[in-house]
Amino acid sequence: MRFMVLVKATKESEAGAMPDAELLTAMGKYNEELAKAGILLDLSGLHPSSKGARVRFSGSNRTVIDGPFAETKELIAGYWLIQVKSKEEAIEWVKRCPNPHYAEGEIELRQVFELSDFTVTPEAQSSYDSVAAQLEARAKA
Amino acid sequence: MTADDTHRTINTVYRLESAKLIARLARMVRDVGLAEELAQDALVAALEQWPGTGIPDNPGAWLMATAKHRAINVLRRGKMLERKHEQLGHELEARQEMAAPNLEDMVDDDVGDDLLRLVFTACHPILSIEARVALTLRLLGGLTTDEIARAFLVSEPTIAQRIVRAKRTLAEERVPYEVPRGDELTQRLSSVLGVIYLIFNEGYSATSGDDLMRPQLCEDALRLGRILAQLTPSEPEVHGLVALMEIHASRTAARTGPTGEPILLPDQNRARWDRLLIRRGLAALERAEALGGANGPYALQAALTACHARANTAAETDWARIASLYASLAQIMPSPVVELNRAMAVAMADGPAAGLAIVDALTSEPSLERYHLLPSARGDLLSKLGRLDEARAEFERAASLTRNARERTLLLERAATCARDSGNAGPPSSDGRPRAIG
Repeated sequence: MRFMVLVKATKESEAGAMPDAELLTAMGKYNEELAKAGILLDLSGLHPSSKGARVRFSGSNRTVIDGPFAETKELIAGYWLIQVKSKEEAIEWVKRCPNPHYAEGEIELRQVFELSDFTVTPEAQSSYDSVAAQLEARAKA
Repeated sequence: MTADDTHRTINTVYRLESAKLIARLARMVRDVGLAEELAQDALVAALEQWPGTGIPDNPGAWLMATAKHRAINVLRRGKMLERKHEQLGHELEARQEMAAPNLEDMVDDDVGDDLLRLVFTACHPILSIEARVALTLRLLGGLTTDEIARAFLVSEPTIAQRIVRAKRTLAEERVPYEVPRGDELTQRLSSVLGVIYLIFNEGYSATSGDDLMRPQLCEDALRLGRILAQLTPSEPEVHGLVALMEIHASRTAARTGPTGEPILLPDQNRARWDRLLIRRGLAALERAEALGGANGPYALQAALTACHARANTAAETDWARIASLYASLAQIMPSPVVELNRAMAVAMADGPAAGLAIVDALTSEPSLERYHLLPSARGDLLSKLGRLDEARAEFERAASLTRNARERTLLLERAATCARDSGNAGPPSSDGRPRAIG
C-alpha cells in the first residue's frame, strides 16, 4: 500500500527560507534510507504558497485567488510517496524523519487509493473500448 | 499507548530491521540460521523490556546492539567456538577481532555490504529454486513462514521445513558468507535476479479469488529489486529487472475486467496504467542502458514492455522497434518462443505475410509441437491474408492444445468466424489484428 507523507508548512518555509545545511544533510540521509529500504516512490518540496494560487469553485463560477495564504499550519510544504506493508510501517518511517520544523510541527500520513480500488463498471469499460476504437481508426487513417 | 499498540509497534520495527540484523549477525557468526535466531532473541528482549521502559529513540540501534551482545556471548561460549574452530580455523583471527568490538562503530557502520552478502547467500545455487525463494522472502523480505505459505499456496510446515533445510545446507556445505567476485559475480547475480523475478511472476499470476498475500508478492519483489539496485548501482541488469517489474506492475489495474476476466495488452484501458510506475520503470531502463547494459536479457525485456508503455494507444505502438528488440533477444536467448513473438511484431510492422514467413519456419520446431500459441498465431495471420480455411484449421488445432478453458472458447469462436466468412467468400475480416503474445 502507498502512503503520501505530507510535511506541513511553517512560518519559515512560507517566508521562503531554505532549510539550513544541517537539516538538509539530515534530510538527504533520511531520503537515502528510504531509498535503500526500497520504499521511496517519489518526493518533492513545494515552494511557499506566495508562488501558488487557488481556484475557488462556486456553482459554475471560478474565482482565482493568488497566494500567499494565511493558515500556515494547514499548508503543505512537501511530500514523500512511500510504498509499505502497513500503516504501522509507514508511521515507523515517519517517526525516523528529522524534525523538519525545528520546533513544533506535524507530518501527516494519508493512504493513497490504488487504481485498482476504482472498479470499472461494464458500461465504463465499453465506453472506453469505443473511444479506443475511434482513436485507433483515426490513427490508421 | 496500549500494550497491544506497543507489541504491534515492536513487531513493525522488527520487520523493518530484521534483514539488517540478520545480515550483520551472519557476518559475525558465519551462519544465517544462527543469525536469525539471535535476531529473534533481540525481538523477544524488546517485547519483554519495551512495554516497561518505553520504545527507545532509536529502536533499530537498540535491537542491533542487543543482538550483537548475544552474538558475542555465543561466540565466546566455548562450544560454539570449538565447533567453528574446526570448521573455519582460518577465520579465527577475524573472529577475535569481533570478540573485542566497539559497539558504537558496529551500530553505525554501513550495513549494505552485509545485506548484499545475505542476498547472495539466500540465493545460492546450491539451494533449490524453491528454497532460494522461501529463504529470500523470509530473511530479506521479512515475511513470516505463514505469509510465504499462503502466498505460494502450500502448507506452513512445508515452507518451515524448506527454510530449515536450506539453512542446514548452507551450514553443512560451508557456503562462504561473501559477495562473489569476477566471473562468478555475473553468474550468481543472475541467480539472485531469477529469484526476485520468480517472486514477482508468482504474484503477477495471482487471480482475483486468491489470498491477498499472492498479489502482494509483486510488491515484495519490487521492493527487493529496488533494494538490490541501491546495493549494486553499477549492475545494469539489476536496473533492467527493476524496470521490467515496474512497467509490468504499472498495468495491474488494467489487466482484469469487471468480473475478473483477464484483459490482453492491446485491449487494456491505458488510462488505468500507473503513470508513476511507468515513469520509474523508464528511468530504471535508462540507467541500465547508460551503464552499457542495453543488451542484457532483463534490459531487453524491459525495453520491450517500455515500447507498449510509451504508446498512448495500441495503434501507436512502435512495432518495428519491438521486432528489432526481439531479434536482439533471440541472439542472447535463442528460443522459438522469442522467435514467434518476433514474427508477430514483424506482422504488425510489415504486414501479415512477412510475419507468416517467420511463423512457417517455426512449424517444424519440435519444442513448439504442443505449444498452442503457434497455431493460434498462424491462424491469426492466415485469417488476415484471407486464407480462411487454413486459418480455421489452425484455430481448431490451437483450441485442442490449450489447457485454459477461456482461451479455448475464444479460439473456437475465431475458428467459427473463419468458417462463416469462408462460406460467404468475402474479404478478410478487417478488425482482426494480430494479438501480441504474452
